Amino acid sequence: MTLPNDIVITPQLVADHGLKPDEYQKILDLIGRTPTYTELGIFSAMWNEHCSYKSSKKWLKTLPTSGPRVIQGPGENAGVVDIGDGQAVVFKMESHNHPSYIEPYQGAGTGMGGILRDVFTMGARPVAAMNALRFGAPEHEKTRHLVSGVVAGIGGYGNAFGVPTVGGEVEFDTRYDGNILVNAFAAGLADTDKIFLSEAKGVGLPVVYLGAKTGRDGVGGATMASAEFGDDIEEKRPTVQVGDPFTEKRLLEACLELMATGAVIAIQDMGAAGLTCSAVEMGAKGGLGIELDLDKVPVREEHMTPYEMMLSESQERMLMVLHPEKEAEARAVFVKWELDFATVGKTTDDLRFRVIWQGDEVANLPIKELGDEAPEYDRPWTPPKVAVPLAATDIPQSDVADAVLALVGGHQIASRRWVYEQYDTLIQGNSLQRPGGDAGVIRVDGHKTKALAFTSDVNPRYCEADPYEGGKQAVAEAWRNLTATGADPLAATDNLNFGNPERPEIMGQLVHAIKGIGEACTALDFPIVSGNVSLYNETNGKGILPTPTIGGVGLIPDWGKMARTGFAQPGDLILLFGAPPAWGTHLGQSIYMRDLHDRRDGPPPPVDLAHERRTGDFVRGLIRSGKATAVHDLSDGGLAIGLAEMAISSGIGAKIAQLEGVDPIPTWFGEDQGRYLVTVRDDMDVDAFTALMGEVEAAGIFAPWIGTTGGGELVLGKARPIPVKKLQEAHEFWFPDYMRGEI
Amino acid sequence: MKSAVIVFPGLNRDRDMIAALTQISGKAPATVWHQDAEIPDVDLIVIPGGFSYGDYLRCGAIAARSPIMDAVRAKAASGVNILGVCNGFQILIEAGLLPGALMRNMSLKFVCRDVKLEVVNADTAFTRGYAQGQVFRCPVAHHDGNYFADAETVARLEGEGRVAFSYAEGTNPNGSINDIAGIFNEQKNVLGLMPHPENLIEAAHGGDDGRALFSGLLGEAA
Repeated sequence: MTLPNDIVITPQLVADHGLKPDEYQKILDLIGRTPTYTELGIFSAMWNEHCSYKSSKKWLKTLPTSGPRVIQGPGENAGVVDIGDGQAVVFKMESHNHPSYIEPYQGAGTGMGGILRDVFTMGARPVAAMNALRFGAPEHEKTRHLVSGVVAGIGGYGNAFGVPTVGGEVEFDTRYDGNILVNAFAAGLADTDKIFLSEAKGVGLPVVYLGAKTGRDGVGGATMASAEFGDDIEEKRPTVQVGDPFTEKRLLEACLELMATGAVIAIQDMGAAGLTCSAVEMGAKGGLGIELDLDKVPVREEHMTPYEMMLSESQERMLMVLHPEKEAEARAVFVKWELDFATVGKTTDDLRFRVIWQGDEVANLPIKELGDEAPEYDRPWTPPKVAVPLAATDIPQSDVADAVLALVGGHQIASRRWVYEQYDTLIQGNSLQRPGGDAGVIRVDGHKTKALAFTSDVNPRYCEADPYEGGKQAVAEAWRNLTATGADPLAATDNLNFGNPERPEIMGQLVHAIKGIGEACTALDFPIVSGNVSLYNETNGKGILPTPTIGGVGLIPDWGKMARTGFAQPGDLILLFGAPPAWGTHLGQSIYMRDLHDRRDGPPPPVDLAHERRTGDFVRGLIRSGKATAVHDLSDGGLAIGLAEMAISSGIGAKIAQLEGVDPIPTWFGEDQGRYLVTVRDDMDVDAFTALMGEVEAAGIFAPWIGTTGGGELVLGKARPIPVKKLQEAHEFWFPDYMRGEI
Repeated sequence: MKSAVIVFPGLNRDRDMIAALTQISGKAPATVWHQDAEIPDVDLIVIPGGFSYGDYLRCGAIAARSPIMDAVRAKAASGVNILGVCNGFQILIEAGLLPGALMRNMSLKFVCRDVKLEVVNADTAFTRGYAQGQVFRCPVAHHDGNYFADAETVARLEGEGRVAFSYAEGTNPNGSINDIAGIFNEQKNVLGLMPHPENLIEAAHGGDDGRALFSGLLGEAA
């Protein structure tokens, strides 16, 4: 065995690979010699935070991941959930934060590319996408550039690939000034008996490389994504990959055709850490060794070193283990789609990861320790400080009508039309609810009545004030948004974006958020089936708001009975389900306090999971029975904003009563959890209405009748009536004006 | 009535188009891969939307030079109805079957939204399902739909009844000259348009305004 060791491994080189001295010592102990340069690169790729989850694994294990419908939980390319009739929904959410900040168009585009590949690697045709985007303060000098590049990048990739974007989030906060978040979600449909996994099976079988050629782009990307940003950020641009959606679209069609031939034993896409990560995962999971011959790898640049080939993050590539007797058939599929197809190695029985280049063995490492037995940390953490509640008398006043208009026309609530009109929201012809409602909904292609609902949620300001309650709330809100369409929430994916886990207070945020997420998922029977962790979201030592994004998926048995957020017609009765006696009470961490009074103090509203479940199950029943004419859950901005949004999307006004004896500000703007606005027809006969209210009471829910739809104005109690047209204008203008530089 | 859909690599609304043709006519269209030599004997040939060859050169330019386009040209010359939607429209222009050019949207951004279309000439095989002057809803989804032709060509198109549809009620989404959304060739057996009638043909789409284009061409399945 000859191990070319041209480059001397110095402590500086080790540090440049993001490996700590103790981690390097582990490498020395493990292999009993100094690693080659290529091997050092491989360790760096496999043991970084992004690929190994070394700081979060201990805590991720506590999440509920199974349930009667779960076919595949975390650990594969995506989660798989049974939706009946022999079909499954396959989905995951993943971050592309660091690349998108460095180079927004390509960073966000390849984020889409990566998540789509995760889904079709499992054998599913992608049918829906969402993206949760978080930018710095609107007034920050980089924000417009980043918004416009990220949105164009997602559109440029997703539109060409041909998947409808059905939902997502866009938020602004100064805490993301130096580190934006781009979390991309994709879902696909597959037959339950044709799910493909990454676990290699069988010794001496061909390892086949498929898709695009390997270049030098993205070398070291995963290591970059596992470090904080400093002022040298511009130098990191070459670590960002360049996307090619045309190749990805061909790769999708070729992979699905290939899978249909029965040739595929195992498949893994090349994402972070490219060839290294995909080969190691396939081998380690299957308890097999892998031998790669780099001279067989299709390359698009000359004189590539083994180091570069092993660490390249060139996009649109796949690695498969194939049945050898079907190799010719498989090759024909890829020739048809004009994609590369090369046998680059084989499975072995020695549990080693061996890499050959120009006849020399440039790496020979134990595969299990690289992959599923990579180091794990139990990092020290400190419990987050819990904020002091606001005093009962501490209620900053505003004119209610002015406040509603300011919030509706502010950056938090304003319409995201400027963003979502750059995404193809209706390709595939199945979009039943496009962005702008509580959840995006698509029908299940080929089924007469079934539909799937998708939502993405988290409230980072709640998580900052109390990561535990914030984690609970993110799950509850996703569950609530799905419920508000009439869907049964099936399962969720989590994308945990946090700062530097080596700081105990950040680690404390992560630990508490996961605890909250786990509790809520358990209470709501809403398991986590896939996910991604993105740490080190800091620039110059300043961390982002803790942002555990939850992507939720629900099943609607009959979309003919699906609910929408807009008021259906004048004269409907408006009920506030799940309300406290004063309708709304909690102002701490509300957008009313943050955006109108510049206050970020107090705890977030607590989530009572039993109440959440009781109320949601009842509302879903009402939707299914056909009694509810419109449904909208309450979140940012509370009751006033919920009503305003229902009016804006329908053009129909409403007249709401005012509670006597309480301050109207918390009533209208409090962000108490577990509440839904539900409208019912007023021609419901008195007996039926009384019976309904009896059922509500028997279920232990408070659902006051607060007003009636109709007219051209939103009348909130004694506040000045607001013309719906004025609300619509305020809602529409902020985003385009801001992007034009007029705000 | 029989139809065929031409598929180039990178197209992505082929499945939408096939679904619409199948649902409306009751018969699945033949699909013709770009490397096939022949197009079967059909009454309608459709080039659907998407991003053929990634639109990495001018949109439609590479597909327009594909060998199968010789067969499309021959079919067009023999009087078969040819429909190009979105990227299909771009391909027909690049292939020289329709005049003018489709430039980048005036906003420089991709746009996906509903627009209003006015039927400018209802007296053709493609538009007979609509009334002259009828205004209907139709979605668009494109980055390069800004139709342009020189003044002489535009005058000829308008004078010869070769504008099929125009954007109505101020909904021109891309800056197209004279609000032109779709045009015919001289014989009016080739139609290219940017909007996607195939995405508005049933209740699940929120309306069926686009259906009449296909039912006019192929009839409705019983």
